[in-house]
Parts: sequence; C-alpha cells; structure tokens
Amino acid sequence: MTMQIADTMSLSASDSKARAQAAAARDNLRTEPRAVRIAIITLAVLFLTVFVVLPLVVVFAQAFSRGILAYFTALAEPEAMAAIKLTLIVAAISVGLNLVFGLVAAWAIAKFDFPGKTFLITLIDLPFSVSPVISGLVFVLLFGAQGYFGSWLRDHDIQILFAVPGIVLATTFVTFPFVARALIPLMQEQGTQEEEAATSLGASGLQTFFRVTLPNIKWGVLYGVLLCNARAMGEFGAVSVVSGHIRGETNTMPLLVEILYNEYQFVAAFAIASLLAMLALITLIAKTVLERHLDEGQDASDH
Amino acid sequence: MKDKTPVTIEVRNLVKTFGSFKALDGVDLKVDGGELVALLGPSGSGKTTLLRIVAGLDWPDSGEVFISGEDALAQGARERHVGFVFQHYALFRHMTVFENVAFGLRVQPRAVRKDEAGIRARVKELLDLVQLDWLSDRYPSQLSGGQRQRIALARALAIEPRILLLDEPFGALDAKVRKELRRWLRSLHHEINVTSIFVTHDQEEALEVANRVVVMDKGRIEQIGSPDDVYETPATAFVHGFIGESIELPVHVDGGVIRLGDRPLQLAADGLAPGASKLFVRRHDMLVGPPGTGAFEGAVQHVRNFGPVQRAEVALSGGETIEIDAPRDRELRAGDTIGLNPRRYRIFAG
Repeated sequence: MTMQIADTMSLSASDSKARAQAAAARDNLRTEPRAVRIAIITLAVLFLTVFVVLPLVVVFAQAFSRGILAYFTALAEPEAMAAIKLTLIVAAISVGLNLVFGLVAAWAIAKFDFPGKTFLITLIDLPFSVSPVISGLVFVLLFGAQGYFGSWLRDHDIQILFAVPGIVLATTFVTFPFVARALIPLMQEQGTQEEEAATSLGASGLQTFFRVTLPNIKWGVLYGVLLCNARAMGEFGAVSVVSGHIRGETNTMPLLVEILYNEYQFVAAFAIASLLAMLALITLIAKTVLERHLDEGQDASDH
Repeated sequence: MKDKTPVTIEVRNLVKTFGSFKALDGVDLKVDGGELVALLGPSGSGKTTLLRIVAGLDWPDSGEVFISGEDALAQGARERHVGFVFQHYALFRHMTVFENVAFGLRVQPRAVRKDEAGIRARVKELLDLVQLDWLSDRYPSQLSGGQRQRIALARALAIEPRILLLDEPFGALDAKVRKELRRWLRSLHHEINVTSIFVTHDQEEALEVANRVVVMDKGRIEQIGSPDDVYETPATAFVHGFIGESIELPVHVDGGVIRLGDRPLQLAADGLAPGASKLFVRRHDMLVGPPGTGAFEGAVQHVRNFGPVQRAEVALSGGETIEIDAPRDRELRAGDTIGLNPRRYRIFAG
C-alpha cells in the first residue's frame, strides 16, 4: 500500500521524463531500434553505391578521361557508327516483331480459353529461363553450315548466320517475353466485358481491338516495348554466338565494347558503353513514368 | 424508336452446359412485343446464361432462338441489334460519357453512319433521356454507380436496339438508389416501348418492375406469370419458397388427412396425392387465435417488432419452429400459447 503511493508520487514528480520514456518505448514497439535502422540503411546505401553508382560513374569517367574531343572522335569512328546503326536496326526490327507477337499472344491468352493455354504461357517464359548463349547456339544449330537448314540456305545463297538476319533472330528470341508478360496480367484483370459491350454495340473485331482493347492497354504496351528495347540493345550473349564479330558489319554496340576493351582502346570502349548506360538511365526514367500511368489506369478501373 | 412495332423473342428447348454444370436444361420462353420480362432466380439458376445467349454473347449446345421471328443463332452479337446492359456496366473507361454513348453510332458502317452533327444530336437526346446530359465530359471513373448504370443504358439505346437486355441492372447499387432506378426503368420502358428482359435475383425488383416474371431454378423455368400470379399462386414448391416469405412444413397426406408429425391438421386435403408433402403458408397468412382454435398450436418464443407487424418465433407442438408476421393490434408475448390458422396455404407433393 505504501509502496504504491510512493510510486505514484515519484511518477508525478518526474512526469515529463516518464512521458519521454514512454514515448521512446512506444517507438521501439512500432519500429526497430534506432541503431538497427541506421545500420540497415547504411548497408543498403553502401551496397548500391559500390555496385550500381560507382560503375556508372566509372563508365562516364573513363569515357571522358581524354577529354570531350576524344570522346566524340571515338564515337565518330566508322566502326562505332556501324555498330550504333546495326544496334538501332536490330532493336527496331525485333521490338516490332515482339510487339506484334506479344499483343497477339496476350490477347489470345487473356481473352480466350483454349486447350494448351498453360503450355503456351510456359513457352513464352522459355527465353527468360534459358541462358542467352544457348539461345544463340540454337540458331547456329539450325542455320549454321553444319546445321539442319545449312546446306539448303547455302544452295539458295541466303546468309542468316554471321549476318543481320541471325542477329535479329537471336535478339527477337531473347526479348520476346517482355511485351507479352507486361500485357497478360493487365488484360486478364480487365476481362472481356468491354469487348462484349463493343461487339453488342455493333463494332467489328478490328474496331473493338483498336477502339477498346488497345487504348485500355496502351501504357502496358509502352512499358513492355521499353523493357524489350532496353534488352534488345544491350543483349550480348546470344548475339555474340551468331554474329561472327565481323568488324564494321556484324558488331552491335555491346560486342564492340568488348572488342575495343580487349584491344586496350579504353576511351573508345567506354564511350560506347556510356551510350548504353545513358539508354539504361532513360529507360529507368521512362519506366517510372509509365508505372505511374499504369497505377492510375488501375485506380480508374476500380469500380 | 416509338413508331416501330416492338419485336418478339422466342427461345426453344435451350440447353447449355459448362463442363459438367448444366446452366440451361431445356428452356422454352416466348416474350411478346413490348413486354418487360424479369428472369428471376437464385445464382446459378441459368438466368444470366439465357440472357447472354439471346444477346449472342454465348452460344447454346442445342436449341433455337428467334428474335422477331428470325433465327438469331445464324447471326453474331453484332448483327442482332440487341441493347445489352452489363451488371458491372462495362463502360469504356478511357472514353468520356459522351464518347461512350456515341460508340455504337461511330462504329456503324459508313453507309448508314450519321455525320458528326447527327451523332452529337442523338447523344444529347439520349443523355437527356437518362437525365445526365451535364455529365457528358466526365469519365466513367468519376461517376457514381447509379450514374454509370444510366449511362450504360443510354449507350445501349443509342443503336436503337430491337430488344433491350439487362443483366442484374441494379445489382451493384445500394438499396435507396436501386429503388429509385427501378421506378425510373419502368417509366423509361413505357416511354421507349422496346421489348425488354432483365435478370435479377431480387424478387421485390422483379415483382415491382416487370409485367411478366419468369422464375428459374437449376437451369429450368419453374413458372411464368404475372407478378400477381407467381406471388399468389406459385406453381411449384420452389417458387413458393423463393418468392415472398414462406413457412415451409413437412407434412404427410394420408386418406384425406394432412398430418404434421403425428398430429392431424384441420385442413382440407381434397385432391391431394397421398405421401410426404410440403405445406407452404405466407408468414402474414398465419392468423393468431386463442389456444385450441385453428390448425396449429404453439408457444411464442420471442417477438420483435418490424414497423407495422410483429414477427414472432413460435414453437409448434409438433416440434417445428416457425416465424410468423402478425399485425400489432394484439401484442404477443414470449411464453404465450396461441392457436394458428392459415388463411391461405398450398401443399406440394414431395
């Protein structure tokens, strides 16, 4: 009894101190202790700096190590120009192909039920699960001189391997899941009701697609195309196997970076690498913007 | 729209299965021109499937559909000129209200398509009809449920449909809005005079809005009739149990006597087949009297008041417990022993 009274008295005496302690105790319940929080955040920042920021800085530092003039001279080399041009062409073709393929596949999977649907979904993921080098080797086996179609192609004087068509094929194969993957969940979530409404209002299949389906998934399409493009321009393994590394002809930017580096032409190697790094940065920014649009689209659909 | 004769709808022996589930099990239905018919039934009764088949959004395994005497199964949804209102509205989310309503006009073949001024005039007319012309620049996500529903209706009406089909038109709305829209739909139907079918699981909605009610269960039609018919003279045990609040008692008919358990009931058993049967009485048709009078006797368990009626739970002497709705003029109390006499009742075999 007396003890209790004494407790109450001391509490009221050091009221503010007790309150501060209580607040600290509450904070400890709600979140981790301060020291742990600081340690975790420091670790994360340190890791990101060493593994992400530092390499990016090094790329640009090396590229500009002999000045801006050397940088642009390296980029203006015919070999570099050819690589940039080839990369753009290959990316344009394979992104275009995968856009069509991805749209068709996602449309079929999200809006219709058919036997073998699960198998098709698994198949779409195949390029993600196979090493790019294997993907490249497959095309060598198919179209190489000793390959299945090799002699037929030679007879008809068609060059696929060690030429642009081979690089396009390998790139398309490696990047084909991107658009489909971005669209399938989106289209599945949206369901088929708006399409049904359009049909009952008299729209044809094409009208329904272009007026209803496509506008609803446009941000998803852009998102898929963006990631597809980033990978298409940056792909090394599969392209390396099928390209043949013919200088000025079948070297894409990533391949040229490796060659130049191996020849100790550091400024030239990093100049081209800096272009790829910039592509990555632009892709990241665009991705963030698109993700915001995708979220908004989802909110709007939330009835 | 008004100058056209409303068309008829007829379906014959429709069968539709989804895997092993029989959604429609031989359905025949004739809807006359200008009718407003309700398809009423619990979920899974096949009502929405029937509606979608008439619209051309689903296809039957067998059977026939005729709209205005033409074989509708030979046409796709696009050619049928059917206005369809979806349960969740299915408004085009990337289009304004105006463009939603204009959609059906814009996708018409060039030869019959209205010019821009014509489309504007028509959309304005429709938005006036649903009293929402002030919303034409909004997007569907900015509208309330009731507004979306009316826009969906305006959009369906834009193509001057031969028939109008509504799938649970008020299902996703709150009770007050639903009541308003019901009345509004009935008067709208009167105004535009298009043969219409709507699906609902809400009996009140069906009885209040429709001029004919089709009660469905397990892919079959249980009864077709006016709202009064299905309420006053249910054709089957299912209809009696589904529409209105009913007391259901298992009875036994034997030699002109109806028994509840061992107790013979003082009820006429003329023309009833002998065997196990079900006795149905509406809650408010059970009249309360002093003990010893009436067909049933029981003890009041507890009583709650619902506005003009008191709802009493009564344990019958046969062992069954029932709920009755009695007028408030004579207060019932828990523990009272009362006699009960059904003013009206129906007995179905089985």
